[in-house]
Amino acid sequence: MKLKNTLIGATALAMIAGVAGADTLTIATVNNGDMIRMQGLTDDFTAKTGHTVEWVTLEENVLRQRVTTDISTKGGAFDIMTIGMYETPIWGKNGWLVPLNDLSADYNAADILPAMAGGLSYDGTLYAAPFYGESSMIMYRTDLMEKAGLTMPEAPTWAFVREAAAKMTDRANEINGICLRGKAGWGEGGAFITAMSNSFGARWFDMEWNAQFDTKPWKDTLEFFVGMMNESGPAGYATNGFNENLSLFQQGKCGMWIDATVAASFVTNPKDSTVADSVGFALAPDNGLGKRSNWLWAWALAIPAGTQKTDAAKQFIEWATSTSYIELVAANEGWANVPPGARTSLYENPNYQSVPFAKMTLDSILSADPNNSTVEPSPYVGIQFAAIPEFAGIATDVSQEFSAVYAGQQSVDEALAKAQAITNDAMEAAGYR
Amino acid sequence: MARSVTNRRKTINTMLAWAVGLLIFFPILWTILTSFKTEGEAIADPPVFLFFNWTLENYSIVQERSDYMRYLTNSIFIAGGSTLLGIIIAVPAAWSMAFVPSKRTKDILMWMLSTKMLPAVGVLYPIYLLFIQLGLLDSRMGLVVVLMLINLPIIIWMLYTYFKEIPGEILEAARMDGATLREEIIYILTPMAIPGIASTILLNVILAWNEAFWTLNLTAAKAAPLTAFIASYSSPEGLFYAKLSAASTMAIAPILILGWFSQKQLVRGLTFGAVK
Repeated sequence: MKLKNTLIGATALAMIAGVAGADTLTIATVNNGDMIRMQGLTDDFTAKTGHTVEWVTLEENVLRQRVTTDISTKGGAFDIMTIGMYETPIWGKNGWLVPLNDLSADYNAADILPAMAGGLSYDGTLYAAPFYGESSMIMYRTDLMEKAGLTMPEAPTWAFVREAAAKMTDRANEINGICLRGKAGWGEGGAFITAMSNSFGARWFDMEWNAQFDTKPWKDTLEFFVGMMNESGPAGYATNGFNENLSLFQQGKCGMWIDATVAASFVTNPKDSTVADSVGFALAPDNGLGKRSNWLWAWALAIPAGTQKTDAAKQFIEWATSTSYIELVAANEGWANVPPGARTSLYENPNYQSVPFAKMTLDSILSADPNNSTVEPSPYVGIQFAAIPEFAGIATDVSQEFSAVYAGQQSVDEALAKAQAITNDAMEAAGYR
Repeated sequence: MARSVTNRRKTINTMLAWAVGLLIFFPILWTILTSFKTEGEAIADPPVFLFFNWTLENYSIVQERSDYMRYLTNSIFIAGGSTLLGIIIAVPAAWSMAFVPSKRTKDILMWMLSTKMLPAVGVLYPIYLLFIQLGLLDSRMGLVVVLMLINLPIIIWMLYTYFKEIPGEILEAARMDGATLREEIIYILTPMAIPGIASTILLNVILAWNEAFWTLNLTAAKAAPLTAFIASYSSPEGLFYAKLSAASTMAIAPILILGWFSQKQLVRGLTFGAVK
């Protein structure tokens, strides 16, 4: 009896100690399918660790402003933040993030795709673990391509894309040969035109941080884009972003769409897409200069330096970005719904290889190199952005000038001259020049 | 004949009023309708108005994913608390300006109003740092204070306008009968200004309910009100318009119902003077 009481007492004490060691983590994240799925599976994490989670889900731009305010003031409102490839190296350099180089051996950090690990590190130190990664690629209507008498190569050129777009365009039936982002904003149209410009040999800055909008490759990029979109793009493309083009494509109004690889699961979902059974994939186009026009992005989990719950936060990150989490999602929702683009082992898994867009997603990610994104040498890291704090503001202003060209409000030359002045002025004010 | 012209004019006026009313209400109506559509129908081109497969699925998903009652409770506390605190501070301030004006009263009123012209983001960092120091981050009390301060100029201005229309002689008579300052404000001034105070309260509850800068930037998980609830369904990478509409409808429903039932009081307070 005495032994029994002692055991009960010891068990109770152990439970109290366990509860006392349990933390409640506050996690800021974005509203997209993969993140929402993770929220639904959090009970698994709580069961394994005892820690509970409170989610703060916000729209991407609101989240970016919210977490930037908090981390730059060391507010400590969040224990984990969902951030991207743009913020990670900048915040890591500032000492705002907890290094993630000491994750457990079971976690197998070496399995993270090298492109992702590289983009989420600063000076060789990993500061955020990728939850999912994406590049961009061509999604096209196989039926319209066949009707046009063309075959999409696995790695097409811009010349082919323009020709195919013109042939697929059928204005009478509201079919636009190609749908692309024209909306102002560094993460919207700005991201697309920057990635596209890489394939035309353009760059944002030379090695002395001088703006390069007065060079021929930028003029070629913009003239090609405007010419192709006027021939074959949808009306009002100057205000189209990801969602607008997704909507057009799902309703059968686009022959081709070049955008985030994550869109593949949307356009092939018969519940929402009217063209789900006739979608093909190809690499983003190039121009024969050795660089493709695809970008690289990851939504990753990072720990702000202001948190008091570093250990619990690391446990969560290990859980959410592990191979066992991928298996958990696969068991619950199928392999097509697992978070893509983060781990090499996922693409070696035969179950995942049968997903139609898996190979092209991996090929697109592997063909993107944020450390060597331009034909001519450039001083910055990043493909659709330059990883410097000033870029978001500058690129938003520049993309507004470009959108004004798409809307027919000014010429290509005028927009490039303004972009050159905006960029050089901002870089001078920031002390780069 | 004259009677028929009057009737026709009345009909035209009524129809015009309905048309304008519908035009103003249309975005809300469209949001409500979209909340009952599938995501595919929500983006259909041409848009479907009434003839679609009505579904409650979006409400079910939103309810399952989010703790609506927690957001609602926070909204009620923050909107109600900030308005109440604002009224308590504004009534004596407006009394002073209306009945005991100084040379600088007009300047003070203009200065208070000028604070509304400052872009909120301009003071985000100082206030954020202050909140960290005071431990008010992600607290309902912190938001009550901030929203009260933001709306205080409007509350004082509105009350000042109503109080100015009350004849000072009535208050003088009360004083001659021996009323103290506190009694004068509570028993004489306030009852006469009830319509104005009521419409001020209603307007400020609506302003605080809809405030979406400070409520998003100063909260995380605990004190987040319905504005954060809506923001959690917005996404630039994914078409979730039907779910977003369902969340929006759930967020605006309480204030819409409140506005509907109190519209008579609200219109009366906004258009009529205090002693009419």
